[in-house]
Amino acid sequence: MNNASSNGVATPASKRAALSGWGRFPICESDVFRPEKFAELSAVVSANSQKLIARGAGRAYGDAALNAENRVVDLQRLNRMLDFDAETGILHAEAGVTLDEIIRVFLPRGFFPPVVPGTRFVTLGGSLAADIHGKSHHRDSSLATHVLWFDLMLSSGEVRRCSREENGDLFWATVGGMGLTGVILELATRLRRVESAYIKGEVIRVANVDEAMENFERADREYGCSAAWIDCVSSKGSLGRSVLQVGDFATRDGLPANLRTEPLIAKEKSSPAVPFNLPNFALNPLSVRAFNFAIYATHRDQREAVTPYDVFFFPLDSIHNWNRIYGKRGFVQYQCVWPLAESRAGLIETLEAISGSGLPSFLAVLKKFGAQEGMMSFPMPGYTLALDFPVTTGLLAFLDRLDEMVLKRGGRVYLAKDARMRPDTFRAMYPKFEEWRAAKAHADPNNHFSSTLSRRLQMDPA
Amino acid sequence: MKVLILGGTSPIARLLAIKFASIGAHLYIASRDEAEGERIAHDIQIRSGVPVIAGKFDATDFASHAELIERAGKELGGLDGVVLCFGTLGDEDKAQIDANEALATIHQNFTGAVSILTIAAHKLEAQGTGFIVVIGSVAGDRGRKRNYVYGSAKGALHLFVQGLRARLSKTKVHVMTVILGTVDTRMTWGREGTLFTVAPERAADLIFEAWRKKRDVVYVPSFWRPIMAVVRAIPERFFKHASF
Repeated sequence: MNNASSNGVATPASKRAALSGWGRFPICESDVFRPEKFAELSAVVSANSQKLIARGAGRAYGDAALNAENRVVDLQRLNRMLDFDAETGILHAEAGVTLDEIIRVFLPRGFFPPVVPGTRFVTLGGSLAADIHGKSHHRDSSLATHVLWFDLMLSSGEVRRCSREENGDLFWATVGGMGLTGVILELATRLRRVESAYIKGEVIRVANVDEAMENFERADREYGCSAAWIDCVSSKGSLGRSVLQVGDFATRDGLPANLRTEPLIAKEKSSPAVPFNLPNFALNPLSVRAFNFAIYATHRDQREAVTPYDVFFFPLDSIHNWNRIYGKRGFVQYQCVWPLAESRAGLIETLEAISGSGLPSFLAVLKKFGAQEGMMSFPMPGYTLALDFPVTTGLLAFLDRLDEMVLKRGGRVYLAKDARMRPDTFRAMYPKFEEWRAAKAHADPNNHFSSTLSRRLQMDPA
Repeated sequence: MKVLILGGTSPIARLLAIKFASIGAHLYIASRDEAEGERIAHDIQIRSGVPVIAGKFDATDFASHAELIERAGKELGGLDGVVLCFGTLGDEDKAQIDANEALATIHQNFTGAVSILTIAAHKLEAQGTGFIVVIGSVAGDRGRKRNYVYGSAKGALHLFVQGLRARLSKTKVHVMTVILGTVDTRMTWGREGTLFTVAPERAADLIFEAWRKKRDVVYVPSFWRPIMAVVRAIPERFFKHASF
């Protein structure tokens, strides 16, 4: 269907499609647009029509890039790199460019994205809307820290340049604002200079929560990147048993001799794929216990581990469609953070609740955050725990219980992973929400930008 | 190698351009939407490190074609190949009842191509080497009620390129016709009843591979060759009633 928009440019055709996030839960029908030219995007945004939300690679886990019975604009085809300055490392690119593309183009030239999450298949626009963090948060903070400016398209089709100096309110409302202030079109970010495609550091096995926290304290002083796989099946004395992986990009001279000739080319392995949804019983408390045990058992302490960057940062990307291991029912990611003073108690309480619940969490990651700016950005100084659970009966009630425990300690839950939090909980967890909502109302007075997530959490102005 | 991409803003054109850039070709991206052409030129230059120039090209502005070929050759410092990617479905429903719309579709897909290819072929013939790649369509293999205006333009284009290939066969100018099936782009997005759609990345890979092998005519993907053979073989008295 072709509709003429207010500015006379025909909007591109839409496609009725059932979309989900990476967790495959929930699934919502929308009219999806996928502009291939800037003018087409303009026509979609300024069309006086249903609510609109921008979508990147669909890697948010829950309903952030869904818009049930409304419109979704997929920006993956607007992925042009527009300028790069090799002196400063500043890349200016469209929102649809993925970190994967940036790594492919720039790592061989000695540059790496400033912040990477657990997958390389996210877009720049989505990353900024969620203000992503990574294993280097304690050193680098979140993505916003490394973004000099971005262009935001408002509902009128007007484009506004936003930076800390220019339209500062809109800058901070958009960073972590889940796409609700407008459509991020392009941005400038400073890439990090690296000498190799390898991470050099340590692998540290620790027996429990206290050892894990002690080691994070030490490692974070010595290394720029750190995270731990935490076994959330074990209990009692082994509660919080983990494998910490810490390190920094190796210098060329720090590499073993055989890697020094082509230090910026990591040896890539071919990626297996999960060809279909596994049956629901594939993931059960027993297989999860075995998996968690295997992670712990197969790692050995290493003082000078040299790991290809992709294995270090993106272990799950090596299995395409790994989300299918959860079967058709989908899964829910749960990531929370506690303030530093409450982290130990919060972590113990949560791990005990999980191991006592009988609900399998296939994979759990622990990480210590550093400083954080922003209105709606998730991180805060303290510890963060990321879990994933197949959708089963009782799960949602259990996660509500976790929410209460996190909230009580002044922590919060990450919106980019959320599919089920309650609006009152959300509001209590994000103390700058009212400030954000005022900025959103100012930028988007007709509430043109809205998503399944924003309606669920009652973020839209009343 | 110096390559002119005509109609450089479609996903296939862009991906093909990146392919040529990856083997070191210098590119001239000619497109109607100059701002888009500029974005794509910057993108390819950053990704591949080769110089890329963007310029204006309107397939239906026949008078400008000689100057474009001249300019591209001058700015690139030579011209080894021309890749013709432009074309548009237009508004088929309107074109079937409105002669002006029908003619616009024919100009954008056929006469515009005849004009620019004639000039480009003349230049390449004079230098004795080079290549011409023309993106056609399976829609050009048989007239169908759903898209015969567009289809007739593409079918005519196939014949034109076929003749051109024959004429240039005694030179070292390689002329390739790509008969493209349905690709997942704006032309097919949201259209009902599109079958066997492939990603533009795959289409570009196959076209580039065929160009390397110096093929004359290539169906992309190759499964369209037998499909279209069957479609062409259906007797007209049945075919005219077919719903597609």
